[in-house]
Amino acid sequence: MAEGVKRLQTPLGRVRGLGSARSGTHHWWMQRVTSIALVPLVVWFAAAAIGLAGAGYEASAAFVADPVNAVLLLLLVGVTLHHLAAGLQVVIEDYVRAEGVRLAAVWGVKAACLVLGLFAAVAILRIAV
Amino acid sequence: MSNDSREALMVGRRSDGSVVRRPLSPHLQAYDMLQMSSLLSILHRASGVALTAGVLLLVWWLVALASGPAAFAAVQWFLGSFLGLLVLFGVTVAGWYHTLAGIRHLAWDAGYGFRIEQMYRSGRLVVIGTAVLTLLTWVLAIVAWVS
Repeated sequence: MAEGVKRLQTPLGRVRGLGSARSGTHHWWMQRVTSIALVPLVVWFAAAAIGLAGAGYEASAAFVADPVNAVLLLLLVGVTLHHLAAGLQVVIEDYVRAEGVRLAAVWGVKAACLVLGLFAAVAILRIAV
Repeated sequence: MSNDSREALMVGRRSDGSVVRRPLSPHLQAYDMLQMSSLLSILHRASGVALTAGVLLLVWWLVALASGPAAFAAVQWFLGSFLGLLVLFGVTVAGWYHTLAGIRHLAWDAGYGFRIEQMYRSGRLVVIGTAVLTLLTWVLAIVAWVS
């Protein structure tokens, strides 16, 4: 930065690094964290789905009831829905211009992802526990 | 024009003076969509949105499995139907593409692969990898199904 150039941002605001949206890089960072976590989870899920192709009710329930599979499924569902909500939010913010519609759409997506996650978690735990 | 103050940033003038409304980010209408860079970028976003269908299927499958044999039979019937298999195939393609293109984006985030020839090579790898992994997934799934 050139000498003598004044910042409108206060030193405290600069140190906090949260910007005008008051959340800093948290949203962007969590998208990266969840995407890295999803790489091994997706590979595991692909293998699991291949193994479950054509499996009946008993075999499928036995698969989910296995503690390791249940924990990995809970992780997959939780991380996926966090990642999905974050991604859809960015898409909505890019293309929906009207303030009210945009807010409603983002809240709707987040609420739907939360509800879907709870449904999946209850289902997994009901089978596994 | 609306009363939205952001309109001031959205309206510009061409070099001949005529008024033009600037395209909204990420400027879908301003790119050559047959260019690999922009095509793979928008496909990454499109595949991510499409994977919502996969998430809905997974949650339906889990809730049906927890609900009992009758509900599970319904979801298995759908997954085995023509439409169900078509959706599953689409989810497989979108899933592998989004995973591989996502890894490519993570490499960019870390500062690697920005040279133009690297960018084209990684782009081709993502497309070929998606085809190979999709084929592999379905061959293995069909083998698991019939055995």
